[in-house]
Amino acid sequence: MSTPEATGQPLLELRGINKSFGAVHVLHDVDFAVYPGQVTALVGDNGAGKSTLVKALAGIYPADSGEYLFEGKPVTVNGPKDSADLGIEVVYQDLALCDNLDIVENMFLGRELHRGSVLLDEPEMESKARETLASLSVRTVKSVRQSVASLSGGQRQTVAIAKAVLWNSKVVLLDEPTAALGVAQTRQVLDLVRRLADRGLGVVLISHNMVDVFEVADRITALFLGRVAADVPAKSVNHTQVVELITSGRSGEMGIAPATAAQSA
Amino acid sequence: MSTEVSTPEKASTPSSPPPDEGNGGESLVQRVVKMQAFQILLVLLVIVIVFSTLAPNNFANFGNARSIVLNASILAILGVGMTFVIVTSGIDLSIGSVMVFSGVIGAKAMIAVGGDSWGTAFVGIGVSLATGLAWGLFNGFLIAKAKVPPLIVTLGSLGMALGLAQIITKGVDIREVPQVMQDEIGYGNVVGQLPVLTVIAVVVVAIGIVVLHHTRFGRYTYAVGSNEESARRVGVKVDRHLIKVYALSGVLSGFAGVLFLAQFGTTAIAGQTQTNLNVIAAVVIGGTSLFGGVGTIFGTVVGLFIPAVLQNGFVIVGIQPFWQQVAVGAVLIAAVYVDQVRRASAARGGKSTRPSLRFGAKKSSPVEQGE
Repeated sequence: MSTPEATGQPLLELRGINKSFGAVHVLHDVDFAVYPGQVTALVGDNGAGKSTLVKALAGIYPADSGEYLFEGKPVTVNGPKDSADLGIEVVYQDLALCDNLDIVENMFLGRELHRGSVLLDEPEMESKARETLASLSVRTVKSVRQSVASLSGGQRQTVAIAKAVLWNSKVVLLDEPTAALGVAQTRQVLDLVRRLADRGLGVVLISHNMVDVFEVADRITALFLGRVAADVPAKSVNHTQVVELITSGRSGEMGIAPATAAQSA
Repeated sequence: MSTEVSTPEKASTPSSPPPDEGNGGESLVQRVVKMQAFQILLVLLVIVIVFSTLAPNNFANFGNARSIVLNASILAILGVGMTFVIVTSGIDLSIGSVMVFSGVIGAKAMIAVGGDSWGTAFVGIGVSLATGLAWGLFNGFLIAKAKVPPLIVTLGSLGMALGLAQIITKGVDIREVPQVMQDEIGYGNVVGQLPVLTVIAVVVVAIGIVVLHHTRFGRYTYAVGSNEESARRVGVKVDRHLIKVYALSGVLSGFAGVLFLAQFGTTAIAGQTQTNLNVIAAVVIGGTSLFGGVGTIFGTVVGLFIPAVLQNGFVIVGIQPFWQQVAVGAVLIAAVYVDQVRRASAARGGKSTRPSLRFGAKKSSPVEQGE
């Protein structure tokens, strides 16, 4: 599974996805696949449709047309709850953690454990949160009861990712996880991304940072103006080619035919 | 002069929670000490001690304590609902008017049923609760679905409820309340001298504490107040939750209305104009943040007693009771200042130290990625 070419059955697959916002056609017949144990980098310039694609995956903006397959079976995803039920966890760029809640409360938000039918089971949630962080070798967080507002950017990212692990997610989508981080913290988060894939999860990494992408990605999917310009193993392309795909939708033989590219512009 | 005695305590509170980074391994005791509700409890204790020293015979006795607690009972019930609302970073200005309106409708219903029995009383209680619920749903629906800011919606319903109460009664208070209600609830005691009203308030407060701190409903209330967008993304039905929270505040206002009838035997249409502000002040003094996401019902109860004790104490000690308003105003500002300082120190990484108040409008999603 860890060889970049190994395709096998994708965990998650989108076929021919289209999405428009009013007159703006944001996604054109997008095909996208996520394989277990692999990091798939989703790259593209601002406005290429990365975030819209992620939101379609998450069910926040259901696609106008196209197929959504999970573990080979067609599914309907019409809301965040549907994708969460399938085992898809999205870590947004703004992290979307509740600052006033502590780490445990954030990790279990929306899926609290109960003792009996009404009361929350705090000790159980706390120990599970602690176990999960330990299993990811997270040592920077001192107390799982500290509020998220007091955490650094890297720690917040870690909590958001740990949430995905806690819920035994099968697919984790990370939107620009290293965008606001320093060198050491970026290192930690990339290690964590790799560790997620090594556990057999399908990981999608959205990034503008080519260094990060080449460091952890097994596959690279490049979007250009709402179309897939290339979907290739990371080892088969180089930095320059990817940048060309991002900026012009083409690189040598790869990419969108010029006529099609002009159409979507 | 007693105001001066309590001032140093207030002034010292902002500096007492050290902005401790990485507060790992913090004991329960340390966490409690840093709670604003605990600090305000110390302020209350100081006030009580000062009055007890100045007037050992008249202030520090059971009868006086009983009257203070009894006066705070109905406000405590309103405070429970208001704490939920403010934790969602909302506001409910309509509670006093909803209380009056529910009392009026409850009284009308009891007159229509007639008689002095418990049955009549229960009809009145049920009708008042339902009336309060209706106003709460009205507020909640407009806030959550129509996206009208809570400040405006509840300012509107404040006027509407009060105006309608005056239309229905033609401006004349209803004074016909079943005797059993006044005797057993309003003036009733449980075991000796413990007022029934206080026992009811304690039960409501206890249920409120459990719901806010130990149930999913409470957890979502904090989540919505903390970050509406992230709550929505994890599948919390934010709109429905807001409607429920305002409905809760409405129901408790209706309940307060009927308890007021029982206690005073009149609808007191003009008597609740300051109630909303008094309750909001208590909630904020108790450490609940107007920015949402932070707060306790315990703090609200402590926050209610500060004005109540000051009012009572000033009269007994012989200071003009008007000083109470001055003192409470100062405590209120100090409490919000403490909240500001704490939020600024909690938000690391150079975020704005002065978050803008937003209960005027429902928060827009913080980042809608422009992609």
